[in-house]
Amino acid sequence: MASDIAILIAGAVMIAAGIGAIVTRSLLVSIILSGGVSLVASLVFLLMGAPDVAMTEAAIGSGLTTVVFLYALARSKQADHEDSDKRVDNPASEAGGAS
Amino acid sequence: MMRKILVILAIVGFAVVLLPLAYQAGVQPAPGALATEYLEKAPAELGTANVVTAIVVSYRGFDTLGEVAVLFAATAGVGALLTRKRLGLASTREKRMPATEILRTATRFLTSLLILFGVYIFVHGHLTPGGGFQGGVVIATAILLNLLAEPESHLAHGVMTGVEALSGAAYVTLGLLGAFLAWGFLDPRVLPAGSIGALVSAGTVPLIYSVIGLKVGAELSGILDALKGDRE
Repeated sequence: MASDIAILIAGAVMIAAGIGAIVTRSLLVSIILSGGVSLVASLVFLLMGAPDVAMTEAAIGSGLTTVVFLYALARSKQADHEDSDKRVDNPASEAGGAS
Repeated sequence: MMRKILVILAIVGFAVVLLPLAYQAGVQPAPGALATEYLEKAPAELGTANVVTAIVVSYRGFDTLGEVAVLFAATAGVGALLTRKRLGLASTREKRMPATEILRTATRFLTSLLILFGVYIFVHGHLTPGGGFQGGVVIATAILLNLLAEPESHLAHGVMTGVEALSGAAYVTLGLLGAFLAWGFLDPRVLPAGSIGALVSAGTVPLIYSVIGLKVGAELSGILDALKGDRE
């Protein structure tokens, strides 16, 4: 009974964090909230008696996936800031045209 | 307007389809027929204290081999796509922000503990929850901390490739040994099952999970290194 209530509370937190990840304006906050969803999900797996799945979810879902998303966010910001002429795969700069 | 109606229709459709799941959610009071079979037979046949590991490594071992192959393909794809040239970093080597003192000190403390914990998880995969995949991710976390603490440092590609290739080959070799010396491909009964709960028990299950752990750790470290932008 107590674990049922804990699972329900965790589910509500997950739904709230998921909605927050969608509606927030900042991509950083969105990534961190989706990592939080995975963290609470691993708690739910633990309460349901599946420690193996809980470990996988905590390590991959909330740890590694968040890091990969953060790296991707940093990369996309860098691509926005960079002068597009400086990119090597831009044919115009290789031809020595725009400098 | 039309789009909104379609979206609402799609959501209602999903709700109707998924509604029966809501009634079946929760902890089952008693395991089903297949689960009961596994729970009764796995400790007796294979000598694994953790039945989940017996299923993942032995009964459904071929699925796990497929998962490892998928992870390998994903790593190869990331490594091929995220090179410095493709990221547009080839000409100018960007200055990276140095890590803070807190991160560097914490990394020095945690690296050895994290690697030890990862190795503990996959070596004890047949006794306690967790196994090769979880242990490999924990090891990759230790590598990530080091990449963050020393932004100018590089991962030793040769070592990582060697570990990955050797552990993959060892996995398939252990599977083939099961086919020739025991009952089938990836059967762990090549070595004696031993007594339940001992570290050296359950046949080749600990060996298989150890090579999976090393492979997953090396592959995920490679993905993080590629995302950092160090691949030539």
